[in-house]
Amino acid sequence: MGVDRREFLKIAGYAALFGLGGKAAIDILAPGELEASMEGIPLTQGKRWSMVIDMRKCLKQQEAGKDGCKECIIACHREHNVPDWGNPKHAIKWIWQDKYEHAFPEHPNQFIDEGVRHKPFILMCNHCLNPPCVRVCPTQATFKREEDGIVAMDMHRCIGCRFCMAACPYGSRSFNWGNPRKAPKALNPDYPTNRAYPERSKGVVEKCNFCVELVAKGELPACVQACDKIKVHALNFGDLDNPESNVRKLLKEHYTVRRKPALGTEPNLFYII
Amino acid sequence: MLERAIKGTSGYWGWLIFLLALMGIGLGCYLYQFAEGLMITGMSRDVSWGLYIGQLTYFVGVAASGVMVVLPCYLHDYKAFGRITILGEFLAVASIIMCLLFVFVDLGNPVRIMNVILYPTPNSILFWDMIVLNVYMLLNIIIGWNVLAAERKGIHYQKWIKVLIYISIPWAFSIHTVTAFLYAGIPGRHYWLTAIMAARFLSSAFCSGPALLILLCLIVRKVTKFDPGKEQIRTLAGIVTYAMIINVFFFLLEIFTAFYSQIPGHMHPIVFLFKGLEGHGNLVPWMWTATVFAILSLVLLIVPATRRNEGTLTVACIILIIATWIDKGLGLIVGGFTPNPFETVTDYWPTTPEMLITIGVWATGFFVLTILYKIAISVKEEAAA
Repeated sequence: MGVDRREFLKIAGYAALFGLGGKAAIDILAPGELEASMEGIPLTQGKRWSMVIDMRKCLKQQEAGKDGCKECIIACHREHNVPDWGNPKHAIKWIWQDKYEHAFPEHPNQFIDEGVRHKPFILMCNHCLNPPCVRVCPTQATFKREEDGIVAMDMHRCIGCRFCMAACPYGSRSFNWGNPRKAPKALNPDYPTNRAYPERSKGVVEKCNFCVELVAKGELPACVQACDKIKVHALNFGDLDNPESNVRKLLKEHYTVRRKPALGTEPNLFYII
Repeated sequence: MLERAIKGTSGYWGWLIFLLALMGIGLGCYLYQFAEGLMITGMSRDVSWGLYIGQLTYFVGVAASGVMVVLPCYLHDYKAFGRITILGEFLAVASIIMCLLFVFVDLGNPVRIMNVILYPTPNSILFWDMIVLNVYMLLNIIIGWNVLAAERKGIHYQKWIKVLIYISIPWAFSIHTVTAFLYAGIPGRHYWLTAIMAARFLSSAFCSGPALLILLCLIVRKVTKFDPGKEQIRTLAGIVTYAMIINVFFFLLEIFTAFYSQIPGHMHPIVFLFKGLEGHGNLVPWMWTATVFAILSLVLLIVPATRRNEGTLTVACIILIIATWIDKGLGLIVGGFTPNPFETVTDYWPTTPEMLITIGVWATGFFVLTILYKIAISVKEEAAA
């Protein structure tokens, strides 16, 4: 089919940017965003999006601040109108932190390195290559995008049967137990936080969508942008299918682990520990 | 034949009004749930199915158990059951109605229920469950109604009904197998990930369903002029006994695999249910009640004297139903979700509105059952007269 108009404009745009002065130009427009994550662009052409999370960098940043670091979580939840219910039973989580032992319960080790013991790991949807949530959904409301591997969720088709929540072995799916607009105002003073992103009704499931709406515009996921903004670069988003990509480079150079690999879901999230 | 449902004693009408009242309360609570969302239930992001889906599972079993009267009657030509096949079939119809309602009240977005048909998804077990349950209900309505109509006219039912009857026999096994597959094919839920799940479901169905049928037969004998028969009840009791032995045996197999292998994931849900885990153990008294009742019912059923005595048989059936209900309608679901994927425990207990909605659905099922039984028994009384 060749290059369509949209793609041409995009390439022309990038060319103009780089022509203007390459990295420097991007640094002026969005300081600090480029270093780790922008390799592997154009973002609209990934075949198998994945993320490599460098927990060494992340934990260092978390320990630097008095209250840790929640930049990625704040950015994601603002981007996607995720309300705070103030009740862990009804919590909606797209990206969150939980301690190592909870993130990797299949790796029990009484004498584990103090560097990870009880340390808060970053968790989100694994965008599995073989997602059980997609297998069980009776309406195809959750589906795997053939073109780039993102496990997406149509919150406007979901009937709220919660079969996917039973099927996901990572606890990555959340249900709207109530109407998001009725979440406590004190905890959500400026809800909805992003009018450009669809709101949903009560009674549907939602989850991390790898910021499919931003990727489509050639932007990095909100969490990655937030992490890059504070120059931590712990979250690396890239195309696993491209041997030259940033993520493939990281995987080549570091020992990485995935959550519950024995279940055969083939997570596309990797952790450098 | 329907007109027989509107001619009855004051006891009949009183019972229906009582059920209608419970249905009304359930409907009121459902409207509240419909407005506020499922947050009015005890379910949570960790235990995301609860009492409703447990009831679905239990009553699919009761529905499937109709085959325990149909199969001996039509495949083994056990004529005595010809008298009560209609009771088994109509119990199946009422049970499936409950199942469908339990799925409905569990949906977060029930107005979109037709999406299951608009976007048919063969890789989803829920899609197949929808198909097998609805077809099974239709089969039982058509078979039951036609056989009953023929009986009323004193003629033999048409030949094509026999074809449907033969289809309905494997179909009964399929509904509970498919329901077991809802759970047994999910990675990472240790309590459910067992190849023996469908077999366990069928064995527990084939004891609890016929046990309920025995109780219904005894009630029918008491309140109507129709006697389902001593021999019939005795044969049903034999079926209940064998099925319960197999059911308990299958459960012990699970215990062996979990605790001899010592694999933590396999042990944790069972420890949670019977001993409590990480300080959470609200189901422990329930599970031990189920255990004691299961053993007691087995003793009463295995000893010939107590099995043949209708008084002790009634007790055995009641405690067997309670034991299997706790196991399947409560422990199975919560145990599957506990511990959660992070190996932590979140408590689940149904809220009052959740229980009232559940009672409302039960009442609806028994309302349908009462009317269907009233019609069937009126026809049988007339045929006998």
